[in-house]
Amino acid sequence: MRPRFRRRNVASEGTESLGPSIPDGLWSKCPRCRELIYTREFERNHSVCPRCGYHARLTARQRIALIVDPESFVEWDAGLSPADPLQFVALGEPYPRKVAEAQERSGEREALVTGAATILGVPVGLAVAEFGFLGASMGSVFGEKFARAAERAAVEDRAFIVFASSGGARMHEGVFSLFQLPKTIVAVESLSERRLPFITVLVDPCYGGVTASFATVADLILAEPGAMIGFAGPRVIEQVTRQKLPAGFQSAEFLLQHGMIDAIVPRPRLREELAHYIRLLTNQHSASPVSFVTRQESDR
Amino acid sequence: MMQITAWDRVQLARHQARPHTLDYITELLEEPRELHGDRLFRDDPAVVAAIGRFGTRSVIVLGHQKGASTTENVARNFGMPRPEGYRKAIRILHLAEKFGLPVITFIDTPAADPGLESEERGQAWAISSCLQAFLRAQVPTLAVVIGEGGSGGALALAVCDRLLMLENAIFAVASPEACAAILWRDAARAPEAAETMRITAQELLRFGIADEVIPEPAPAHLDASGTIRRVGQVLERHLEELLQLWHKHGPAHARRLRWARYRAIGLWHEEPVT
Repeated sequence: MRPRFRRRNVASEGTESLGPSIPDGLWSKCPRCRELIYTREFERNHSVCPRCGYHARLTARQRIALIVDPESFVEWDAGLSPADPLQFVALGEPYPRKVAEAQERSGEREALVTGAATILGVPVGLAVAEFGFLGASMGSVFGEKFARAAERAAVEDRAFIVFASSGGARMHEGVFSLFQLPKTIVAVESLSERRLPFITVLVDPCYGGVTASFATVADLILAEPGAMIGFAGPRVIEQVTRQKLPAGFQSAEFLLQHGMIDAIVPRPRLREELAHYIRLLTNQHSASPVSFVTRQESDR
Repeated sequence: MMQITAWDRVQLARHQARPHTLDYITELLEEPRELHGDRLFRDDPAVVAAIGRFGTRSVIVLGHQKGASTTENVARNFGMPRPEGYRKAIRILHLAEKFGLPVITFIDTPAADPGLESEERGQAWAISSCLQAFLRAQVPTLAVVIGEGGSGGALALAVCDRLLMLENAIFAVASPEACAAILWRDAARAPEAAETMRITAQELLRFGIADEVIPEPAPAHLDASGTIRRVGQVLERHLEELLQLWHKHGPAHARRLRWARYRAIGLWHEEPVT
């Protein structure tokens, strides 16, 4: 697992030349290229390192704020939270306590945030995974919120955009988690029936049941640069097969090369690209028509 | 009476002498013919397919295939399908649809293959497409978990109109060993994990995920033919019911009933949002 961008108080680490009054978190250090970046510049750049292009992980709320038109997001099904179907206890810790901690830490009730919004004026249904909530593992609530969002998007005539990220299945809900795979695939039939676009954006990291279900049956599959995507995690593969994994294995670039995804889209371009893909798929173009003949004439 | 623990069931479900898919095909079908290949890359020996007569009608059978010996197990990759196995299943499923033949699947795998080449060829893509193909299938489908139902790799062939389980079969989101390693930080605590994860046929029936538990006359590795016969009888009954249901409702509606079944699985709390 790659580290998140860490905020550092540079002043406290001995760069006195920058002055003693620098507030905490003014500078960030890119975990990949080690470049010190002015935090505000980094955030303006959608949490992408301006030097090496490293895409830092985002919370679901940060993600939504970057993608949708301002004030356009209306959340759906925020009242759903996990039950404890197995009465699961591991190492003396009951699952509900683990959930409560995750809720406290992340500020979310579950690992998936769903709702309606517009992107450059295009109405969409959205589902965004929160990796900070138990590694965005898919349990009953994740599956149910996903299914409701897909179906509601279909009823409201919206394209369905999903930011998929996950560490795998929610072990604590056992076989109920496993059976969220077919549930999510069934739910997107409602979009297919109405010929509505279903687009997934695979973001770092995306593994296990999420990759093996809704994420990879979409009409278009996009990914962020450098995102790690697969079924089995690299550690499992190395343990089971004793194979040395090549550099770049399971990266978005690797998957593009192997024919598994449609395109890699850098984060700052995502908003425009998503709106563009939806307009292309639904044959809805806002600009006035351009005749091919006229364009050739004017090109001369 | 001795209590059978979840861990005992795991051992029984994995027993090498337990009948495997090809045993069921040989015993239950008249004049079966095995069908090979995904038409894309190569034939996966961990997934077998056959067409044959079951009772009075032609059926298609698909299933995971473990080996009865270590040598065969290596050749069969321990029943762990690679992407071409799922793509073979999809191809054969389309064949069944074209000729309107019901499909019976036998579930018995520790997991989908977690190798480097399987990832390169899109293991996750193969599994999701296989799930979708089964959910969309325009023919009646019936799954029997005959041994190990290991995670997504097992599920891909199991999302049928009916899901039956042998008495000593299991179905789990991850192996007890993997679960113990992750949540107990100690793979040796697998017996405890097996109990906690509620993976037995009896639990799945209680959860409403499995439709019926098929009793084994004796543990299947001790009475293979008795177990296979019992499975055959139960399959016959369910197939008859399903064919009537499909005839009564028509394929489009029958498929919706299947969708509704999988759409409904899960438990959660819901509070009104102010």
